[in-house]
Amino acid sequence: MRCSESQDPADPSPMLQMQGICKRYGAVRANENINFSVTRGQIVGLLGENGSGKSTLMKILFGMVRPDGGTIRFKGQALSGHTPRDAIRAGIAMIHQHFMLVDAMTVAENVMLGWKKAGAWLHDRQVAEQIRSTSQEYGLDLDPDAMVGDLPFGKRQRLEIVKALLRGAELLVLDEPTSNLSPPEVTALLAVMRRIAGDSRSIIFITHKLAEVFRVCQEVTVLRDGKNAGRCSTEGTTRAELARMMVGREFGLATPRVEMGSGAEVLEVTTITLKDSSGLKLLDEITFSVREGEILALAGVDGNGQTELVEVLAGLQAASSGRIALHGRDLTKTDVTQRLRAGLAYIPVDRATTSLVPGMTIAENLGLRDFAEPPLRRGLRLNHPAFYSRAVSRISEFGIRADGPGATVDTLSGGNQQKIVVAREIGRKPRVLIAFQATWGLDPGATRFVIDQILALRNSGGAVLYLSSDLEELLGIGDRIGVIANGRLVGIVPREKANPAEIGLLMAGGGLLPAALEINEDLG
Amino acid sequence: MDYNVLAELLAATVRVAAPLIFVALGAVLSESAGTFAVGVEGMMLMGAFSGAVLTFVTKSWAFGLLGSAMSGAALALIVAIATARFRTDHMVTGLSVNILALGLTSYLLRGLFGGKTPVINLPTLDAIQIPWLCNLPLIGRALFEQSLLTYAAFFLVIPMHLFLKKTQTGLMLRAVGENPAAAFSAGTDPIRVRAVAIIVCGAFAGLGGAVLSLQELGTFTDGMTNGRGFIALAAVIIGRWQPLFVMLGCLLFGAASALAFNLQGWSLPISSYVIQMTPYLLALAVLCGIGRRARMPAAIGRSFTRN
Ligand SMILES: Nc1ncnc2c1ncn2[C@@H]1O[C@H](COP(=O)(O)OP(=O)(O)OP(=O)(O)O)[C@@H](O)[C@H]1O
Ligand SMILES: [Mg+2]
Repeated sequence: MRCSESQDPADPSPMLQMQGICKRYGAVRANENINFSVTRGQIVGLLGENGSGKSTLMKILFGMVRPDGGTIRFKGQALSGHTPRDAIRAGIAMIHQHFMLVDAMTVAENVMLGWKKAGAWLHDRQVAEQIRSTSQEYGLDLDPDAMVGDLPFGKRQRLEIVKALLRGAELLVLDEPTSNLSPPEVTALLAVMRRIAGDSRSIIFITHKLAEVFRVCQEVTVLRDGKNAGRCSTEGTTRAELARMMVGREFGLATPRVEMGSGAEVLEVTTITLKDSSGLKLLDEITFSVREGEILALAGVDGNGQTELVEVLAGLQAASSGRIALHGRDLTKTDVTQRLRAGLAYIPVDRATTSLVPGMTIAENLGLRDFAEPPLRRGLRLNHPAFYSRAVSRISEFGIRADGPGATVDTLSGGNQQKIVVAREIGRKPRVLIAFQATWGLDPGATRFVIDQILALRNSGGAVLYLSSDLEELLGIGDRIGVIANGRLVGIVPREKANPAEIGLLMAGGGLLPAALEINEDLG
Repeated sequence: MDYNVLAELLAATVRVAAPLIFVALGAVLSESAGTFAVGVEGMMLMGAFSGAVLTFVTKSWAFGLLGSAMSGAALALIVAIATARFRTDHMVTGLSVNILALGLTSYLLRGLFGGKTPVINLPTLDAIQIPWLCNLPLIGRALFEQSLLTYAAFFLVIPMHLFLKKTQTGLMLRAVGENPAAAFSAGTDPIRVRAVAIIVCGAFAGLGGAVLSLQELGTFTDGMTNGRGFIALAAVIIGRWQPLFVMLGCLLFGAASALAFNLQGWSLPISSYVIQMTPYLLALAVLCGIGRRARMPAAIGRSFTRN
């Protein structure tokens, strides 16, 4: 057996050693006797399904969360009862899965926040300069003066990365840093990680993309249900073996694609243009249609108009010009409620703000789209038993790991929050589903599950517009594949004719050949 | 309106705005860190009281001012412990200390000086003329012939602005009010930051009260702040928690009060009580207009708990 239970016997005094870590939330055992260690100069992958306790373990390390038991030794010193301040002092930095950014501040202010080197009297100009040069050096384009609240999700992730890079800690914890990055950006980030580890600093890397683990990690620790499931070196293992360790079983077969023939056009979008206040075109004459039983997959680097497009379609923003029709009915001037009634469903990228109400329960969140109609409404009142029973069935159908329908959504792991969104939108059996990074933060099993659900929706005649920066996923799911770049929709092709290298080129706006090639290599 | 009346109005505007500025700057600190500063009215009253009493007893302005800052801070300490540590509701806590201060000052006044209508009489602080400048037309008297504390109030605005915008501590303080979890993970203790901000706010509000009792009136009477703390809070909202704009907000209310005071002298056929209401009506009107668009610190009123 190449994979041991938990400890690496070859390194008797690791840089970081966590032993017997326990943490309970009510009835949920988030961490149960977890052992974890990191050797200096290594990149250690931390894998596990949604809700397996990865983020909790890292928050305990960083002092954000107090453990119920266990010991932590970092560079030979005990860390106990510590806060993030102590962890930072000791040389640990962390990129959180749910970003720790202040929306009402600029990029530069967020970088300076709590950073000693920024000075007691802030050297804002120097810091802005450093942000510019660092982000350029690593291919993560960032404007120091931009307000964080205005940034698309991908940019916020870049900001978190730049923040951590500038601080240059000895141990860097990255909790799903790649989930919102496009393939070229992921490649750039992985290169940075290798460079950091080359300086005999260490990285803990949490991701759900196994291919990334094999590209950078030397060691992997797998968690399952809050317990250690194994530890191995990446050289001695395979993707399948890791996947088995994570879920404790083999994956089943994917939902088969049924040939659908060509159905009627359901969603018709004609020359949609959106201008910002300065007249800049964020969306430029976007025209497409989606048929019954068809998935139109749109690739693109985040920040090229995807957010605007889906918001215009969902009715959250009004287009400057153009027309949206559903089954021939003009929806251009209608509001969100009318569009929902007409059979439109929307999975937005930022679940925590646009999609879920974190302080409300799972049952309430699941009912958010149809509480005004029976069975969730009874007369003038809400029908709580119906909320409850719907929640119970969705929780089991979608495998949501939670304390029960009454648990508030903010106590769930990231992946499980996403499952609630997916369960709610697909559970409505919509005629048109707009999904934007629907598998963000999901583990491989859950990703497969969501894709299966979307395929099942398609097979039963639903029309789906699927946007993502994950090319592999798009090529797997789309009936037709297009690219959105600089607010324009370019080159929609049927799936048989889709060529990853070409799409990669279109995504990058025509430039960056090497990045596109690397995408290709990844798909192998 | 003739020239002299206008010059007099401007001077009164600045004078009335001074105590508001102290209080409002304190409130900016507390609210930027995420705690509603409802209690400033009471803190101001405490400051007015201790300032007057201590100056009267010790015959020293310095002791009076020190005492007013400290008593405001002491009342704020109660708010800090209750809201930051024990996570009580900010509005309720603030209103409670306001009532507490009203009762406590009236009680102590009688306890200390006896009698039914206790009197403290103090000489008010003299105006300081800045040579040459005070002779400027129209604004000369408004800007350059004021008492010490008035100058101090206006001089505080710039450092406060710089503190919030340009220092690490100020940045951290604002982060605590916007997203305490982010501030925590950046290495600070949000609960402590909030507590300190509230206490400093109390000291400022206390000084604001001292301006009233020591500089304006030279005495203390029951409930003499008379809603000025709330007016300062309105100015904070108008100024969107930015010291420079908050100062302008205070001046706006100063102007309204000055005008109202002036109008009373004209023997108009309106009750003087109605005229005295104008600054408060103005506050309401302005809040209806601007208040809706103002963006509060995102985490104001919400407590921070660590898992
Ligand atoms: N603040 C909290 N209150 C209650 N339960 C919590 C809290 N935080 C986490 N949990 C629970 O602890 C378990 C582990 O969560 P954690 O966030 O560590 O998972 P994860 O491995 O990071 O998952 P993901 O891949 O989805 O991010 C989950 O079942 C979650 O519901
Ligand atoms: Mg997580």
